[in-house]
Order: sequence, then C-alpha cells, then structure tokens
Amino acid sequence: MDFHDRHLLRLRVNGEDHSLSDLDPRVTLLDLLRERLHLTGTKKGCNFGECGACTVHLDGRRVNACMILAVSAEGREVTTIEGLADGDALHPVQQAFIDHDGFQCGFCTPGQVMSAAALIEEGHTGSDAEIREWMSGNLCRCSAYPQIVEAVRAAAGRASQ
Amino acid sequence: MTPFVYARADSLGETIAAGAAPDSAFLAGGTELLNWLRLGIAGPARIIDISRLDGLDQIEALPGGGLRIGALTHLNDVAQHELVMRDYPVLSQAILNAASPQLRNLATIGGNLLQKTRCAYFRAEEQLPCNKRRLGSGCSALHGINDNHAIFGWTEDCIATQPSDPAVALAALDAVIVTAHRSGGRRIPAAEFHLLPDTRPEADNVLQQGELITAIELPAPAPRSAYLKVRERESYEYAIVSAAAVLEMDGRTIRRAGLALGSVALRPWRLSAAEERLAGADVGDREALSTAIEQSFAEARPLLQNAYKIELAKTAALRAIERAARMPS
Ligand SMILES: Cc1cc2nc3c(=O)[nH]c(=O)nc-3n(C[C@H](O)[C@H](O)[C@H](O)COP(=O)(O)OP(=O)(O)OC[C@H]3O[C@@H](n4cnc5c(N)ncnc54)[C@H](O)[C@@H]3O)c2cc1C
Ligand code: SF4
Ligand code: FES
Ligand code: FES
Repeated sequence: MDFHDRHLLRLRVNGEDHSLSDLDPRVTLLDLLRERLHLTGTKKGCNFGECGACTVHLDGRRVNACMILAVSAEGREVTTIEGLADGDALHPVQQAFIDHDGFQCGFCTPGQVMSAAALIEEGHTGSDAEIREWMSGNLCRCSAYPQIVEAVRAAAGRASQ
Repeated sequence: MTPFVYARADSLGETIAAGAAPDSAFLAGGTELLNWLRLGIAGPARIIDISRLDGLDQIEALPGGGLRIGALTHLNDVAQHELVMRDYPVLSQAILNAASPQLRNLATIGGNLLQKTRCAYFRAEEQLPCNKRRLGSGCSALHGINDNHAIFGWTEDCIATQPSDPAVALAALDAVIVTAHRSGGRRIPAAEFHLLPDTRPEADNVLQQGELITAIELPAPAPRSAYLKVRERESYEYAIVSAAAVLEMDGRTIRRAGLALGSVALRPWRLSAAEERLAGADVGDREALSTAIEQSFAEARPLLQNAYKIELAKTAALRAIERAARMPS
C-alpha cells in the first residue's frame, strides 16, 4: 500500500474539474473548499460534525464537509451552495427561504438550504414532523426553525397543513 | 492534528496486512476518527482509507434466514433497507434515532460500533484526569459531573457509558460481528464486543490492532421488535437511556424476549434475568412485565448524580416491550 504525506486530488466541484497538488491529507473537504477554492458559502460552525453549517452534496448525498478528509474525496463530485442555482435562476429551496423568511443572521442558511434540497430529493417531506426530524442535523442559532419548516414545505410543493 | 501519511486500500488482503502495523488506523466514514484526531484522542502515523473496499457495503439475505450487512454500509442505507425495515425494525429505529441525516450518509455501521464514550472529561480539549485518555491519571467524572454516566458495570477506574444506538439493537438481536485479521477472522457475539472497565479500562472493545469488521450478521427475522430512546431533546441527541426489545409471541403471550439497555454501561446491557422471567408472561400484564424487569436491576448501582437513570431505564425497558408487541408480525 502506497502511503504519502502529500497528495494529488482530482475533484469536480459545481460542475468544474479541479486538480489540486501538494495536498496535506489532514485538510478537510470544508477547509479545501473555503481556503483553496475560495468557495466560502459553505460555513465552518463547529468543525465537529454537530451543527450542519458545512453541509454539501457529495455524489448527490448531503454530508458534513468538516468530517471528510479532502483526499478521500478523490474523483468525486461536490455541489456547494454556490452551485445550486441554475445561472441566475435560484433553486426552489433558495427562493422558498427568501419567501418565507427562513433566516435571520444567515450563517446557517447555506447548510440549511443544501440539507433541504437533499431532503426533498430523499422524499422526507410527508409531514411537518418528518421535515423537522430530517432537518435536525442543521442547527440555527437564531432559531428560525418555524420559517425554515415553512420554506421546506413550500419548496416541496405541499400545501400548508 | 499530528501529521500522518494516507493511503487508499483496494483489497481486503492488503488492508489487513497494512492495518496490523502499530500506529495504523482505518478510516471508514470518518465521523469519529476526525474528531479523535482533532482532540488528540488518537494520533495514528498511518491512515488506511477503507471506504472504497469492494463488496463491504452490501446487504444480503443469508441462506438459512437472517441478514448479512457489510460493515461499510452507511447508516442511512441500513436503516432504510427494505428487509431491515420489515424484519428488524429495532435496528432501523435505533439507527434513525442516531446522529443526523448528513452524518448517517457518511457514518458506517461497522464504525458506529467503534465509537468511544461521550464523557465530557474524555472529550475535553485540555487533558483532564481520565483513565481512558491516560491510564493511571484517574477518573474526573467519579467525583465530578456524572449525571449521565453508568448505572451498571462501572468501576472506580471508569464510570462512562457506550453511546452507540445500533449496538443496543444488535445486542438484543443476538447479532454477530464478523471480522478479518492477518491471523484469521472471528465471529463475535454483539453483546460481548464492548469491554467493561474491570480489566483494561483504557480498552473499548475486543478488537486487536488491524482487525477489520467485515460484516454484521443478524439471525432469523425479528419483526416484533422496537427501540426506544430517551433524550434531553426530541431529536439529534445522544441517549440518557435507550432500550431495545425483541419479542417472539404466541398470541398475547411472550415466548422469548431479548432485551438490552443503552447508555447505562460501557457496553449494551442485556437484561438476562428479566428475559428469563418474561418467557410465558402476558404482554398486557404490566405488573408481570415490571416484576420481570425488576429482576435485572438488583445489580444496578447509581452514582452521586444519576440515580434517576434507574427508574428511567426500567420504564424505557417496559415501554420498549410494549412497543415491540404492537409491531405487526
Ligand atoms: C454530532 C454527532 C452526533 C452523533 N450522534 C450519535 C447518536 O445519537 N447515536 C449513535 O449511535 N452515534 C452517534 N454518533 C456517532 C456516529 O454514529 C459515529 O461517529 C459513526 O457511526 C462512526 O462510523 P464511521 O464510519 O464514521 O467511523 P470512522 O470515524 O471512520 O471510524 C471510527 C473508528 O472505527 C474504526 N473502524 C471503522 N470501520 C471499521 C471497520 N470496518 N473495521 C475495523 N475498524 C473500523 C476506525 O479505525 C476508527 O478507529 C454521532 C456522531 C456525531 C459526530
Ligand atoms: S468516566 Fe471514564 S471516560 Fe470519563 S473521565 Fe472517568 S475514566 Fe475518563
Ligand atoms: S462545521 Fe461541520 S457540522 Fe459544524
Ligand atoms: S439564521 Fe442565524 S443561525 Fe440560522
């Protein structure tokens, strides 16, 4: 087995291929996105997997970027909040967060939006309780939870219940 | 984080060969290991990324009944697998009550069993007396904050609990943990996988250096089974206590019961005495159920701040049995 202390990493981020050399294996995907690719939309809250502010999609599944060694994401596809909109057209979840006032300070919002976009794909929007449970990995210090649930429900295209 | 070298494993053979070298650690989902590296709980020189090993993330029915779950299967994929939901609801529920949706997309079922205690002294950023961090340094919790520590099986060397939810379900199900090692693999009963602090307080489980969990095997289907988790908030929190119940029934009569409690000891705590008394009991007879459960609490020993967990655990066990009985068979 070939062990190295510096690595070459190929990664597709928001549809764009990157080749990053001389990568220390200690660097997390979160730090790589923020500090080498300057995609600072993904937030660093706790850096311990607890808050969800760093949520991104890895091969289409939502994950905590702070819990992933960047080097282990070799060859994978990452979507961050910067890659969610289709040009100038906001993703329905982004629009719903605006329409329903789903934030105050906005720090948790990129993570909330990425989580909500995935949750709708997963189909966990059967009831408000289900939305709350499946959004529980995203903490909001401003406690915008009621509006976040409304936004997710609206984005999922369900009538208010 | 102290520096380490990293390699991705492509085959089982090279994985167990490389893993046998001291100072090596496997990386699966990384949701525990990364935090250990950050806190200095672990500082391996070599990290072996096992996350892309072929064939270890499958769930398949076993010939004689039962199910084999590859160790690298992500928690969300185990919990939402058709056969797990139908035949082993206790495991599906335990997993869906663990961690968060995002973490469950990373975390693997094998790695989950290897998580360490959440004792705050153990996880502190500055080094505090803790025999699990540094053997011989003492236990800060013994005369400190111990309201959520053990009520069973503790010693003065360590009073911590094992926080895994899935492990509790696996213990009640009589699951088997299958391993591979350079010197041969083994099959370890789930209830005997974690270690109490009585012999080697610094050790968490029976695995040797370089021993890889390859699968978890479940015995015959257990549709009448349920998991109950009591915590300080409704979701995304570790348990204060949890209970897993697995029942075989004849009408309303319990033929056989498997019962385990979580977050009460350094291993999932099987209530064997209660299980014996439950055989033949009417599941509608609360008094009989409570009397049976009581049998297993003779050995409970509260700490200064956690006597409340004894009552909580008894009630959780009772309610888990009742919930299991209501599951469709
Ligand atoms: C914020 C937070 C909340 C959580 N809440 C809960 C909860 O409520 N309930 C709960 O049960 N868990 C909870 N967890 C724990 C989580 O479930 C575990 O971290 C996860 O399951 C570990 O799996 P992993 O694949 O990420 O392990 P890793 O971090 O990759 O590995 C952990 C350890 O296991 C070893 N290892 C991994 N796989 C194998 C294998 N196949 N064979 C041998 N060794 C192996 C590694 O070498 C390492 O030492 C929580 C975690 C976090 C961060
Ligand atoms: S209870 Fe165990 S883990 Fe916690 S401080 Fe004591 S020795 Fe350390
Ligand atoms: S920064 Fe990753 S979960 Fe908080
Ligand atoms: S809007 Fe401020 S933390 Fe959520």
